[in-house]
Amino acid sequence: MTPLHPDTDSPTAGPLLTTPSALRARLAARLTDAARSWLDRALDEAAAHPGTHGPISVWELRLAEAGRRCGPEHADAARVLILHAARADTEAVTRVYRQGTGPERRAVLHALPHLVPGPDALPLVEDALRANDTGLVAAAVGPYAARHLDAHQWRHAVLKCLFTGVPVTAVADLARRARGDAELARMLGDYAAERTAAGRPVPEDLYRVLALTEAGSPPPPPGAADPHGKES
Amino acid sequence: MRIFDPHIHMTSRTTDDYEAMYAAGVRAVVEPSFWLGQPRTSPATFFDYFDSLLGWEPFRAAQYGIAHHCALALNPKEANDPRCRPVLDELPRYLVKDQVVAVGEIGYDSMTPAEDTALAAQLQLAADHDLPALVHTPHRDKAAGLRRTLDVVRESTLPPERVLVDHLNETTVKEAKDSGCWLGFSVYPDTKMDEERMVAILRAYGPEQVLVNSAADWGRSDPLKTRGVGDLMLAEGFTEDEVERVLWHNPVAFYGLSGRLNLDVGGTDATHEGNSILRGGA
Ligand SMILES: [Zn+2]
Repeated sequence: MTPLHPDTDSPTAGPLLTTPSALRARLAARLTDAARSWLDRALDEAAAHPGTHGPISVWELRLAEAGRRCGPEHADAARVLILHAARADTEAVTRVYRQGTGPERRAVLHALPHLVPGPDALPLVEDALRANDTGLVAAAVGPYAARHLDAHQWRHAVLKCLFTGVPVTAVADLARRARGDAELARMLGDYAAERTAAGRPVPEDLYRVLALTEAGSPPPPPGAADPHGKES
Repeated sequence: MRIFDPHIHMTSRTTDDYEAMYAAGVRAVVEPSFWLGQPRTSPATFFDYFDSLLGWEPFRAAQYGIAHHCALALNPKEANDPRCRPVLDELPRYLVKDQVVAVGEIGYDSMTPAEDTALAAQLQLAADHDLPALVHTPHRDKAAGLRRTLDVVRESTLPPERVLVDHLNETTVKEAKDSGCWLGFSVYPDTKMDEERMVAILRAYGPEQVLVNSAADWGRSDPLKTRGVGDLMLAEGFTEDEVERVLWHNPVAFYGLSGRLNLDVGGTDATHEGNSILRGGA
């Protein structure tokens, strides 16, 4: 099962990669009784009635109301679980993303590596990378982007994180993709020069990424999440 | 002074406004969907607008420490354009969203049959989605407009205690209060209410059920008018509690009827535990 990588800000999602069952257990432990039974029912419904029914499927309604049912701080995790339970495919995640609020779009992006095996959902990542909402940008650079974004778009995504103040720790598989990337190194150098010329500080993160672009920089430690892992 | 502006169109305002509002004590706003000055010609532009009220604008507000919710509806003016009316069919999928705390702003503009239909249909949508409704009163022929508005509210399944009638003034406040609805007043630089008249109304009718807003938008308006009213209330002998009741507790109570009000701007921050969603009556 591919690890999930939900919102790093969320106490129930956490920065740790985790499986849906582990995520569910962790979330359940933090929810109130009312929220937990709501979530249990929502996940059962989603599993029993996936797909599209009528103008709006029940699981999509549950996705919309997850914030007020579970509390906004647990909404990302709850939504990732609902999407997973509903086995949302590319068409479904695309609809939910396009019709979603900021937080719903963020949850869809977090769930992508677990739901869409190929690059079909890349337009959603590209849409989020055009946004100025840093929550969307941070969610867009997860394992799905690491796996499928082409080199040009990926470099611009890293640069956008530096521009908008999204910590580069949000960028999945950063060390592997940055290693030996001379073009990324050039872009970072130019950006640093531009900042310096303007009398502005260079973001600390820029030097961290720059160090990773050196061809000889150490590979990621063994046991780190494998973004090429098999889908669930 | 803690301020909740229950009716302001932040889409039309700058980040300087957000900064000044925060400095003045504004910590929460509700942005009702409305007419953008230039008529829209298709439902799709409404959907982009609604999406922005559910995405970009709350993000922008949060950058300045202000909690942002919205009220969604087809506004009365554009309800008259048959090209825009399909918006009514798509509203249900928007009204289930977490940040939607009311249906609004609805009401009358020119009191046409199309406006009758849209108002009644959207009061029903509010009832169906457990949401209160923000109903504005027309700028022209206001007293007659209020009467007709209250008639439609009475005929609807939405109880008056879940309705806020807005843009009230000296000529409409009594009838609105007798109806049992919440009472909204927009304080403007030139039109609608000003601070002195607002304080006189508060003295005459009391702070119960009264909400004061700036209704600031793309026209001549001032997002700090709520603070101006609070300052004048204090200068005229109202207590801090009475000011806080009008500028904070009343809007929290009204929009809290939705069960969706989340006044914790850092809601996704790891340091914020527990469910801070208000479930009404607060
Ligand atoms: Zn308005």
